[in-house]
Amino acid sequence: MGYAGQVSLGQAGFYGIGAYISAVLSQQYGLPVMMSVLSAMIVAAFAAVLLAVPSLRLKGHYLAVATLSFGEIINIILNEWGPGGPSGFGDIPHFDILGFAFDSTTSYFYLVWGCVAFILLFSFNLINSRAGRALRALHGSELASRAMGLDVTALKIKVFILSAVYASLAGSLYAHYVTFISPSSFTLFYSVLVLMMAVIGGITNLWGAVIGSVLITILPELLRSFQEFDVLVYGLVLTLSLMFFRKGLVPLLIERTNKLRRP
Amino acid sequence: MLNIKAIGKSFGGLVALNDVSFSIEERTISALIGPNGAGKTTLLNIISGIFPPDTGDISFSGISISKLPSTKIARAGISRTFQQVELFGDMTVLENIMVGRYPKTRAGFISSGLRLPSVIREERSIRNISLEILDSIGLSHRKHELSSSLPLGEQRILEIGRALATEPKLLLLDEPAAGLNIKETRSLGEMIRRIRDEKKITILLVEHDMDLVMRISNRITVLNFGEVIAKGSPSEIQKNHAVIAAYLGTEED
Repeated sequence: MGYAGQVSLGQAGFYGIGAYISAVLSQQYGLPVMMSVLSAMIVAAFAAVLLAVPSLRLKGHYLAVATLSFGEIINIILNEWGPGGPSGFGDIPHFDILGFAFDSTTSYFYLVWGCVAFILLFSFNLINSRAGRALRALHGSELASRAMGLDVTALKIKVFILSAVYASLAGSLYAHYVTFISPSSFTLFYSVLVLMMAVIGGITNLWGAVIGSVLITILPELLRSFQEFDVLVYGLVLTLSLMFFRKGLVPLLIERTNKLRRP
Repeated sequence: MLNIKAIGKSFGGLVALNDVSFSIEERTISALIGPNGAGKTTLLNIISGIFPPDTGDISFSGISISKLPSTKIARAGISRTFQQVELFGDMTVLENIMVGRYPKTRAGFISSGLRLPSVIREERSIRNISLEILDSIGLSHRKHELSSSLPLGEQRILEIGRALATEPKLLLLDEPAAGLNIKETRSLGEMIRRIRDEKKITILLVEHDMDLVMRISNRITVLNFGEVIAKGSPSEIQKNHAVIAAYLGTEED
C-alpha cells in the first residue's frame, strides 16, 4: 500500500475473508487449519483481482472510496450469511502445524511473530528487487514509469493482491487465536486502524508499519480510562502525526539521525 | 527507422499539429526545433504513446505504433526523457537507473520476495549494468544520493542514463539542455554524440539551444504553429528563409 502509493480502505474486507473462510473450512468442514488458511488466502487473492480490475483505474480518494465500499459489502455479507449472523460463531479450532497445536498464548506468540518475520523478510526482498523498485517508481512518477516500460496496471493489481493475501493471513491468525469471531471485528474501523498504523509509522518504510502497528495496538490499553471516548484520541493522534510528522515516525527518526551524523 | 506520416492533433479547438510528416534515419541525430508552442513536445508525446494522434500514423522499424500505449512503445525500443524532469525522486541515483532495466528483466513478485537464486543472479546483472551506465554518464560518485537532491543538470543526465538502461533503439530527448550552463551543454553534446556512435542509438532531440542543435544534428525538422516549415541539414536550415522568418518574425507580422 505505502510503497506503491495507493490507499485502500478495504483491508477489513480481506481480513474478514481470511478469518471467516479459514474458520468455516476448519470448523464446519473439518479441513486441516493450514489448508484452511491457505484456501482463505487464495479466496482473498481472487476477491482482490475482482476488486482491483475495475477500481484501480481510479486514483486517490476515488480508489479509497471504492475499496471502502468493498469492505462494507464484505461486512454486510458476513452479517447476513456468515454463520451466526451478527453474533458470530465460536469453537474455531486452534492453529496447528502437522499436529502441533498452538493453543497457548506463548506458542501463539511465536507463531505470529514467525509469520511477521517471514512477511517482513519477504517484503524487504520484494522492495529491494525489480518488482519492488517498479512499485516505488510508480509512486514517484507514473508518467516516467510507463515510459520505462513498466506494466503499471499489472503491477498495481499484483501489489493489491499481495496486500489482500497479507490481510487474509492476519485474519486467519486472529480467528484461530481467539476461536470466536463476529462481523463486528471486520468493520471500516479496522481498515482505518490499519491505515493509521501505516501513516503513523511511516507509509514508505516497512519498519514504520511494524512500529505503527505496535503503537496502535498498545494505544487502546493506555486509553482504557477514556472508555468510549478512545475514538476521539485516535483522531487526535492521527491529526497530530499528520501535522508534525507527515512522513511518519520512522522516516522522521531516520532523517533526524542522518542530520546528527552529517551536520 | 521512424516514419511519421501526416500526424494531426488538436486539443479542444486548438490545432497543435497539422499534417506533420518526416522520417528519421537509423544512427543519426535528428533535431526538432521551432518557436515555443510549435507542437514539438506534443509530437514527442505522441511518438512515445502518452496520447494517440487524431490522424496520421507513425511506424517504427516497419511496425505501426501510433495506437500503442506508452508501456508497449517503451518495450518496442523507444525511450525518452522529459522537459520537466520526471525522476523517481524518493529513489537513489543508482535505483533510478535500475528501474530502467525493468523491460529487459523478468523476476516477479513471489520469486523476488523469496529471493530465489535466479533473482539474486538477475539482481547482480541489473546492478552491474546500471553501474556501468552510471560510469559512462559520469554520475558514479552520486550513486547513493537521492535523485531529487541532484542539481538540475545532473538530473537531466540521470534521465538520459535511465532511458539508456532500457536499451532503446530510438532515444527521444525533450530539451535536455534547458537549465544547463555553457560548459554542461557542451559536455551534453559530446555525450549525445557518444550515445549515437558507441551505443548505435538513434536520437531525436527537441531543443532550443541552437548552438547545440547545429553542432550535433545530422538532420533538422522545423515546426511552426504545428506544421513542418523546413527539413534539412544544419547548414540548409540556417539559410532557410521560412525558418528565419518564423524565429525573427516577418514584416507582415
